[in-house]
Amino acid sequence: MTSKLDLDPGRIACCRESADAVARAVLAFASERTTVSIERATLRLIGVEGGDDAGVPWVNRVVDGARSLLPGGIALPFARAMRVGGLDPTQTARAVAEGGLELGGEGVADSETQALAHALAERAMARISGTVADREARLEALGEGPRPLLYVIVASGNIFEDVVQAKVCVRAGAQVVAVIRSTAQSLLDYIPEGTTTEGYGGTYATQGNFRVMRAALDEASEEAGRYVRLCNYASGLCMPEMAALGAVERLDVMLNDALYGILFRDINMQRTLTDQAFSRLVSAAGGILINTGEDNYLTTADAVDAAHTVLASQFINEAIALRCGLQPWQLGLGHAMQMNPLNEDTFLLEVAQAQMAREIFPDCPLKYMPPTKHMTGDIFRGHVQDAMFSLASVMTGQGIHLLGMMTEAMHTPHIHDRVLALDATRMVMGSARHLADEISFVPGGRIRTRAQEVLAEACDLLETVRRDGIFAALGQGRFADVVRTAEGGRGLDGVFVKSPDYRNPVEDLLRGRVAWRGAAEGA
Amino acid sequence: MKRKDVAALALPEGVNPHAVRPYGDALDDGLVQVSFTLPVPLCPESVEAARRLGGQMGLKEPTVYHQADLGHGFSFYILYGKLQHAVDFGRIVVPRVSETHVSFDEINARVQSVLGRRIRVVGACTGSDAHTVGIDAIMNMKGYDGEYGLERYPQFDARNLGSQVPNEVLLRQIVELDADAVLVSQVVTQRDVHLDNLAELADMIEAQGIRERIVLVCGGPRITHEVALELGYDAGFGAGTRPSQVASFLADEVIRRKA
Repeated sequence: MTSKLDLDPGRIACCRESADAVARAVLAFASERTTVSIERATLRLIGVEGGDDAGVPWVNRVVDGARSLLPGGIALPFARAMRVGGLDPTQTARAVAEGGLELGGEGVADSETQALAHALAERAMARISGTVADREARLEALGEGPRPLLYVIVASGNIFEDVVQAKVCVRAGAQVVAVIRSTAQSLLDYIPEGTTTEGYGGTYATQGNFRVMRAALDEASEEAGRYVRLCNYASGLCMPEMAALGAVERLDVMLNDALYGILFRDINMQRTLTDQAFSRLVSAAGGILINTGEDNYLTTADAVDAAHTVLASQFINEAIALRCGLQPWQLGLGHAMQMNPLNEDTFLLEVAQAQMAREIFPDCPLKYMPPTKHMTGDIFRGHVQDAMFSLASVMTGQGIHLLGMMTEAMHTPHIHDRVLALDATRMVMGSARHLADEISFVPGGRIRTRAQEVLAEACDLLETVRRDGIFAALGQGRFADVVRTAEGGRGLDGVFVKSPDYRNPVEDLLRGRVAWRGAAEGA
Repeated sequence: MKRKDVAALALPEGVNPHAVRPYGDALDDGLVQVSFTLPVPLCPESVEAARRLGGQMGLKEPTVYHQADLGHGFSFYILYGKLQHAVDFGRIVVPRVSETHVSFDEINARVQSVLGRRIRVVGACTGSDAHTVGIDAIMNMKGYDGEYGLERYPQFDARNLGSQVPNEVLLRQIVELDADAVLVSQVVTQRDVHLDNLAELADMIEAQGIRERIVLVCGGPRITHEVALELGYDAGFGAGTRPSQVASFLADEVIRRKA
């Protein structure tokens, strides 16, 4: 692709270098730690499912009862309990939770226990590989239609109602269906069990719900003759477990951002950054496309002034993701159209930034988010804003296009809101499909100048973050105008420094499977 | 606003204030549009069903201008019709926040000269709500629509606790900071959970015995001043509220209570 913006390659390289230094520091920090959720994810991957009568998952019962063992990892003590009890993973977890079996004690490091733990991990890998192969076969057979992929959200609170809405969306052209989680699920330190029919502002992400929606979308995919991707969230306090469930239940897209939980959910940064590394490792192996959350920065910070923070964060997300073994095609880096549309020339600035992101991350799909901050309840104006957003998206070659809803800021979309949005978006994008091939931007003009300025500012910010470290940068409110501290926020009590004998065969095999570089020197 | 004020409003010529109905392109034509989905597949009977529903809404000559099959047993309609209902505009009274809306500088000057100290404000988006767009618009330094938020007001000590703050935590902060005023935002909720949440906070503040000295305010797209008063709040602000409107109200109320 030839640059339409005349961006300085040296400056882009400089940004990448700074971001990579930040990523190395983050991953060095994370690799010395584990969390309750990483250990629970490990148990889920080796096959523990279900929960007690009160709906508490067995993985939580086991891990909560074994906190003193966590610095060494849950995998070996659990494998030993399996061997002693002669039970399968779920039965073992139940027996441990109910006091019939003990974790720890003699034999944790013996060769038979190690061999069993390794075999369990191998089985987990086979399960993930099977899911990847299944997806590839379906994509091969059906294709998925042109990009940008049209991404819609369902959020009725009832998974069975979500299925109805999702199927109608697929018929109208949706290529990605995201099930929005119930409000505040990100702050739960457990994943609810089973299928659910009640939620607030969304539907609980559970393994049961994942299965229901996956089956529905597979059916709808067959009908539509196109593979429809399922999206949910690998974020919040259960980030690693969500990634694990996504990898085994064939979720195709998961929201997963390095800083989002810290900034917008006040989750402790040590917790999230540690969880992040593991969850990205799982997503890398599971062929999951991650969506990062930079689009949200502009809902709190000013979209004109803070554009460079989005770019800086994209560089950081990219660097961490690549080091965790994700491939560029798996990086749906986020950005958004959030400038006040009543200001002159904001569309030009939007196009400049969308094109800039496209050129700087040429192999990433890029997930472009619609206007939300300046949606007012005037549905007629909103529909026009969304049409302009669609135009900006198609003329800059975005990879994933989250559809704007005219009823944004009013309620979770009604069934026809999505259909109207899909109809309008398909019309705009169809009518301008090859516009990108036909346009160039005037040298020295507003669009080129804007992109160059944003890149320069991002470069400065990344140098500062590299110098001060990500923790200090967050403490200074450099992203989204939100200030967070290393000790503040939720979930720090779930972080453990690994002991020298920490073992996690699942993590070891995951690292072996992908191009994991962790905090190793060099790019 | 009192009844006589409504009567004093300049209405277009010929409008009967006791029977106001929608206007399309001629007075009293009653023209409205309405769109909805029916859980039946598109067919001639479904279009007729949509038309009849229009009639039952009070539309004369309901006309279906657009219909589309959404698949899976659903169909969508856009109707126009002439609404036969009318309202007596002169009899409507809506409670509103009694603030004298003044500017950033005037508010700060008044607080400084009359109160002689900064007003302590705590704000939060409470319960499960993670949407801080409202509270941020009012409180953040950068404010909203070209107006500074409360954090920028030199005579306000404003603390924004952010999203998903449990009522217990908010109450603790109110007591700890000896707040003069509390701003609670509720944006995205379902099944009216925001009302229970707001009522609970009001009860907790009451139980703490500090209700009298706190100016309690709520805001959000589904909040009206009337709803706020019913919930035991001093004021409610809806969508589009500007920081200076809230600041004006807070300044007036805090000064009134301390006077």
